[in-house]
Amino acid sequence: MTTEHTQQAEHALTPSSYIQHHLGFNAQSVGDTSFWTLHVDTLAMSVILGLVVMGLVWLVARGATSGVPSKGQAFVELVFGFIDDQVKNIFHGDRHKFIAPTALTVFLWVFAMNAMDFLPVDIFAKGIHALGFEHWRAVPTSDINTTFALALAVWFLMIFFSIKAKGLGGWIHELFCAPFGSAKFFKPKSFLGFVGLVLSPLLFVANFAFNLIEYVSKPLSHSLRLFGNMYAGEVIFLLLGLWAATGVTGAIAGAILGAGWSIFHILIVALQAFIFMMLTVVYLAMAHESH
Amino acid sequence: MNINFTLIAQAIAFAVLIWFTVKFVWPPLLKAIETRQKEIADGLAAAQEGRSALEVAAKKSDATLNEAKQKASEIIGQAEKRAAQIIDEAKGNAKAEGERIIAGAKAEIDQEVNRAKEGLRAQVSTLAVAGAEKILRKEIDAKAHSEMLSKLAAEL
Repeated sequence: MTTEHTQQAEHALTPSSYIQHHLGFNAQSVGDTSFWTLHVDTLAMSVILGLVVMGLVWLVARGATSGVPSKGQAFVELVFGFIDDQVKNIFHGDRHKFIAPTALTVFLWVFAMNAMDFLPVDIFAKGIHALGFEHWRAVPTSDINTTFALALAVWFLMIFFSIKAKGLGGWIHELFCAPFGSAKFFKPKSFLGFVGLVLSPLLFVANFAFNLIEYVSKPLSHSLRLFGNMYAGEVIFLLLGLWAATGVTGAIAGAILGAGWSIFHILIVALQAFIFMMLTVVYLAMAHESH
Repeated sequence: MNINFTLIAQAIAFAVLIWFTVKFVWPPLLKAIETRQKEIADGLAAAQEGRSALEVAAKKSDATLNEAKQKASEIIGQAEKRAAQIIDEAKGNAKAEGERIIAGAKAEIDQEVNRAKEGLRAQVSTLAVAGAEKILRKEIDAKAHSEMLSKLAAEL
């Protein structure tokens, strides 16, 4: 959020091009069509963060003792207990086999990726320019590809666990017969009963439509909520940086507001990571329940 | 909002991270925490057990102490009784012994008195004879009285 206006002035950039410049990805083409593009910055940042965060936890876990824990182990156990409690309240199966470790991964990884929003955008950009990169997005979760990848992975896991818990037949049955139920095919005793029987296939249509909407909306809301929050946070930092470029008054106001937004953003970063984790657990837990 | 190959790459990264956590991170942490929880629970149970054992032991020691006190007072009572008995016995013995000594002394005294009486009796006759002799020597002619004395001697 600090000023980079001198450099911007040299290029005679407008505010919108400043923001566009900052929101540009380090995209490398790996194929013929536009789909075969790789955001190197997003991938590198997320992989590095994933390795660092889970590696640190792994180092602590590897030397974990059941006796008096070290301070590091105590902290990791605090996070562990927090996640485990949340999962225990939602999912009532053997959570230690998959769901709880997944929740831990999601929470810590998303939290670390969100936390990249605290890097001062322009100072970070200077460093990146010094390394010879034109574009470099620091926050992987403000790339729709990341959040959508996570949400889609959860979505596939959800369908996988659903089929695993109920069988393929049970899952298909649920697609058509839940949540509104289905009609029993007995011989109608009255005229109204006959009408009900004739209309009952409509229930299948309603159920299927409902489930279809649910299956489409789950990954969309899951991914877009995180993406929107992080993207908006980043844009606000950029706007404050723009204001800081207008002069002394703007620099002071931008610095104060930037600090305030950073402090508020700590809450958003943690909260969005928590929400993403909770939704993951809820979706996976729902997949285990049959209607 | 351009969806591209990054999505697939990120999904693979996500899958690898989940696999890593499921395989290497979660189990040791869970094991450490559960082991500690078990140890704490065991420790608490042991403490509870120790507390109840202490209670039992305190009760037992109280009972033993009471028993010992009772026994001690019994022994003391018996000893007192025995002491009184011994004293009574000793008193009786002493009395009997004293009486015996007194009786002995009395018998001896009687004996001495009798012996003295005998002695005196013997001496009285001698003295009487001597006195009589002295008187007679002055008044009696031995010849005149020798007949009477011989008569007397013959009577003896």
